[in-house]
Amino acid sequence: MTKTRVRIGAGAGFSDDRFEPALELAERGELDYLVFECLAERTIARETLSRIKDPETGYTPYMRDRLRMVLPACMQAGIRIVTNMGAANPLGAARVIRRDALSLGLPPPVVAAVVGDDVTEIVRAHPELRLLDTGEPVETLLPRMAAANAYLGADIVREALARDAQIVVTGRVADPSMFVGCMLHGLGWSYDDYPRLAAGTFTGHLLECAAQVTGGCFADPGKKDVPDMARIGFPYADVDADGSVRLGKVAGSGGRLDVATCTEQALYEIHDPARYITPDCVLDITEAEFEQLGLDRVGFRGTRAAARTDTYKVVVGYHDGWIGEGEVGYAGPNALARARLSEQIVRERLKLRGFSYPEIRVDYIGMSSLHGMGAGRPEPYEVRLRVAARSPDKKAAQAVGFEMRTLNVNGPAGGGGTLEALREVIGVRSLLLPRHLVHPEVVIEERP
Amino acid sequence: MSTKVHELAHSRAGDKGNTSNVSVIAYDQPAWDILRRELTEERVMRAYAHLASGPVTRYELPRLRALNFVIEGALGGGVTISLARDAHGKTLSYLMLDIDLPV
Repeated sequence: MTKTRVRIGAGAGFSDDRFEPALELAERGELDYLVFECLAERTIARETLSRIKDPETGYTPYMRDRLRMVLPACMQAGIRIVTNMGAANPLGAARVIRRDALSLGLPPPVVAAVVGDDVTEIVRAHPELRLLDTGEPVETLLPRMAAANAYLGADIVREALARDAQIVVTGRVADPSMFVGCMLHGLGWSYDDYPRLAAGTFTGHLLECAAQVTGGCFADPGKKDVPDMARIGFPYADVDADGSVRLGKVAGSGGRLDVATCTEQALYEIHDPARYITPDCVLDITEAEFEQLGLDRVGFRGTRAAARTDTYKVVVGYHDGWIGEGEVGYAGPNALARARLSEQIVRERLKLRGFSYPEIRVDYIGMSSLHGMGAGRPEPYEVRLRVAARSPDKKAAQAVGFEMRTLNVNGPAGGGGTLEALREVIGVRSLLLPRHLVHPEVVIEERP
Repeated sequence: MSTKVHELAHSRAGDKGNTSNVSVIAYDQPAWDILRRELTEERVMRAYAHLASGPVTRYELPRLRALNFVIEGALGGGVTISLARDAHGKTLSYLMLDIDLPV
C-alpha cells in the first residue's frame, strides 16, 4: 500500500558494525524499513570462496546474529528489512533466515532473495570488456578471477518488496539503491522520476554508512566534540511522497546529527559532485544544501539527477597472491637507529634465503606508517618497525613475518613485541557491463 | 602569517580503488574565502607528493562551503592489494588539515 511518508533506518554501515543501534531503531525508531549495508568491495569475492568450500555459507558472517537480534521487534511492528548481507549466496541466506525466524518462535516470514548480480560467467564470456582504471581487456584477469558481481539498482529491490517480502536479502546492490528501493515501493514513485530519485539517492548515500552521519568518524577533541560517543545512534530518514527528506536519530541515543556531520558524509567517497553514478541515476549535489530543522534533525534541498546510464558497474575479484608482514618495537635512546638496523637485517636475510618481492613496504610506526616519511619529522621515543611484502609465492610472503619474529633473538638490542601475519590477497578491479546482459531476479523462499 | 587548514576547516577522506577523495569543509565564511583562494590543487599535490602519484583535481561546492579533492594514485595500488596498514587512507584527511596556508 502506498503511503505519503516512509521512515527508513540504517541498521549497519559495514560488515563489522556495532549491533545495538539497529535494535534501538527497531524498538524505538518507529520505522517502516530497516536497511543493513554490509558489503565492502572485496567481500563478495571472499564469500564466493567460502561458498565453494561449503555451499551452505557465502553470506556475511554476522548476518544471522544481526537478524536474529532485530527480527522479533521488526516482525512485531511490521518493519521490513532490506540487506545485502546475502553476499555471495542470497538464496542460502534466505533459507537460513527463514529457519532462524521459525526457531525464534516467530510466524514464518516471507523472505525474498535478489539474484542475478553474479555475472562471473557473463564476464568470462566477454574477455574483451575493458577495465575501468587501465582500459586493458579483462581477459588477463580471467584465469585468476574469483567472482564478478554487478551493482544492481533500486528497481529490483522494489520488485522484491512488491512481492510482500518481510525480509529482502541481496548480494551486490548499490548501497543507496537499497534505500531508494524502499522509497519506490513505499511511496509509489516512478523509476523515471529523476527529481525524486535524486533526493532518494542522496538520502541513501547519507544513511549507508550509518554512524558516519550521526557523529562517527567526526570527533576531534576541542575542535569538533561529539556527545555520548559510546552510544552513538544510527540515523533514519523521513521521506515524503513529494521527495522532501528529513534525517533524524532516536531521541536519547548518543552522537550528533547536524549540518556539519551531514556535509562530511555528503562528500564521502564522492569524486565529481556533479556526476555521482549509481544504477538508478547520475546524481548532482553541486547545488545541494542542508538545513538544521531542530536538535538532531536535518533537511536538504537542491539535489538533481540526470538519467541513469545504460551499463551496470561490475566489481571483479581476483586472486592476487599473498601479503606477509611482521612488526617489532623499540623504545628509548637510539630507538630509530635500532629499528633501521633491523630493516637492513631483514632485507638481507630474505635475500640470502633466495626470496625477492615485486613490492616491499617499510613503515616506522609512530613516525611514517600513515602519512609517509615527510620532511622534518621528529624522532619518536618509541617506534615500531613494520615490514610488509607481496608475493605470488605463499612461502616467500610467509618468510617476511618469520624473519621479523627471529629478530627476538637475532636482532639489535632491546627489540620486543613482535607480530607476524599472512593473508591471501583478493584484488578488485571494475568494468562496465551493458544492462541488457544482466538479469536481476527475485526468488521467494517459502520452504519450511 | 600562516595558519593550518585545521584551524579553518574539517575534513573526511574516502576511498575508491587507488583514488582518495578528501573533503575540506570551512567552519565559516572568512575561512571559506581563504580556503578557496589558497588551498589550490598545486598546494595539495605538494603535500601528498611523497604518497601519491597524482594528479589532484579540486571540485568546489560553494553552497556547502566545501572543497572536494580527488587525489589519484594515493592508496598503494588500491585498498584490496595495498601493503599499507591504513589501506583505505582513512587518516589522509589529517594530512590535508596539517597544510599551512598564508593568511
